Amino acid sequence: MNWIFGDNINTDLITPGRFNITTDPLKLASIAFIEYRPEFHKNVKKGDFIVAGENFGCGSSRETAAIALKHRHIKAILAKSFARIFFRNSLNLGLLLVNADTDGIDKDDVLILDIKNQVLINKTKKNKKKISIPSMMLRLNKDGGIIPYLQKHGLNHLSDLERF
Amino acid sequence: MGKADRDQTIAEKIFSSHSGKNVYAGDFVLANLDLVMAHDTTCAWALEPFYKIAKKVWDKKKIFIPFDHAYPAPNTEMASLQSAIRKFADEQGIPVTTDGVCHQIMSERFINPGNLILGADSHSPTGGGLGALTIGVGSTDAAIAMATGICWFKVPPTVRIEINGKLPKGVFSKDVVLNVAKSIGPDGGNYKVLEYGGETVCSFNVPERLTLTNMSAEMGAKAAIVEPDENTSEYLVKNNRAYKFNKSDLASDKKANYEKIMRFDISSLEPLIAKPPDIDNVAKVSEVEKEKIKLDQIFIGSCTNCRIEDLDIVASIWKNRKLHPGLRVIVTPASKLVYLQALQKGYVKFFMELGAVVTNPGCGPCLGRHQGVLADNEVCVSTSNRNFTGRMGSPKALIYLASPATAAASAITGFITDPRNYLS
Repeated sequence: MNWIFGDNINTDLITPGRFNITTDPLKLASIAFIEYRPEFHKNVKKGDFIVAGENFGCGSSRETAAIALKHRHIKAILAKSFARIFFRNSLNLGLLLVNADTDGIDKDDVLILDIKNQVLINKTKKNKKKISIPSMMLRLNKDGGIIPYLQKHGLNHLSDLERF
Repeated sequence: MGKADRDQTIAEKIFSSHSGKNVYAGDFVLANLDLVMAHDTTCAWALEPFYKIAKKVWDKKKIFIPFDHAYPAPNTEMASLQSAIRKFADEQGIPVTTDGVCHQIMSERFINPGNLILGADSHSPTGGGLGALTIGVGSTDAAIAMATGICWFKVPPTVRIEINGKLPKGVFSKDVVLNVAKSIGPDGGNYKVLEYGGETVCSFNVPERLTLTNMSAEMGAKAAIVEPDENTSEYLVKNNRAYKFNKSDLASDKKANYEKIMRFDISSLEPLIAKPPDIDNVAKVSEVEKEKIKLDQIFIGSCTNCRIEDLDIVASIWKNRKLHPGLRVIVTPASKLVYLQALQKGYVKFFMELGAVVTNPGCGPCLGRHQGVLADNEVCVSTSNRNFTGRMGSPKALIYLASPATAAASAITGFITDPRNYLS
């Protein structure tokens, strides 16, 4: 299913400051949207999408927001735009963020993310929309994030990022 | 590196000097960092990724670890995070600082014009008030930077914010920047550098500039910067480092390519307040005053507005007056230096005798972890930078953001109050 959110969903809504005092990713996952969207917290399933408007992830630099959502195993976050630190954190963690026109997507719509052709297919609404996923994000998503990438190739391969 | 073939912005110049090639907005760079900061929250999440890729930090003298977000530890969870960070710091030979808010300490002690600094904190753009590029990232980026001294960037475009006019009475740099936020919105600066200039900004001292650059984080900015000048030099000398810089290396060239130039005339600006829950939900204090909003707490603190200059204003407003009974007034000096200055000026005694709580320096209640967490339905006027739902405690609490003058005047009446009648 799709979890629909509006514009400017900030990091304090995703993982509120006073709950995120742990480095345990599973504990962090358990507080995702704990106050703002308790149903998400209770019912989110592996493979679900988060569908949002502009500036998703604004606010704090705390990586907890991205860690928590990654460990709820959502398929991807689809949004019109992302705040930059959240974007970098997600890129580093291998969490998939997709720039898309998210208007008109409802919670029960069946969505298919065609990464190869950069298209989002809405089977319920019978439409297709162009999406964009930076190639660096796809690559790091495949490798499970930047740390596994650097572990595998070595720190001096940081410069490879430019060519991704 | 030869002379640039095209005119550059300050940001492009700093990225060029730190990557060994002339770069422009849109270019990818691997840049050498002058300093990496991670604090008692973000450093905790940097440890695991760090040890996966390195054993030793790249340069222990260029890593700064302050405990400020909740220090001394208010609960066992925070104590555990701090204990893990302390162990890392000891192993690496890095001292842990507990002297106040990271951005304030870095401004007082380390940041020099032209520096490129990475901070694992969203309000890292603050340091741009000294003419440096100070950029916020998360913990994984900080871990890689601690291991290598390097971070990759896409050189951001610059938006020039030109502010002109003489500040009217009762209007401060906080009001000026709330006026900018109102027009830019919470994502107008996303991925960009906000470069502040114009006669008003030139007349601002460094502490006033730090308020502008700090609040730029709320507009999504990657960094914010003010061209360094004589006021910057004066601040550096006052803070024990007569750092010399070449002005033309740190000024945007005449034909620099700005993405946009925004102009503001502040000569008839009024005191402003950001109503919950967004930074651009800005109204005139004189209008909000009419609603007689009853307050439960006033917070004067944070990296936005609790330097000695801010406390000078608060003290002048509270002189010969009383604070509203029943209101909780919390003053958290931004750093040990500010605390000591406040002690010397007699402010700490004066504030405490009025009934305010003066806490140790740090982030205080700004992020809802300790020292003034809000309950359901409580209302707070804060001099900090973030009025998100749930930021300072209960998601049912309301946070209004204003200047120290507006916060101080509101502390006297118990409702949101225009400071202009309280200033001599």
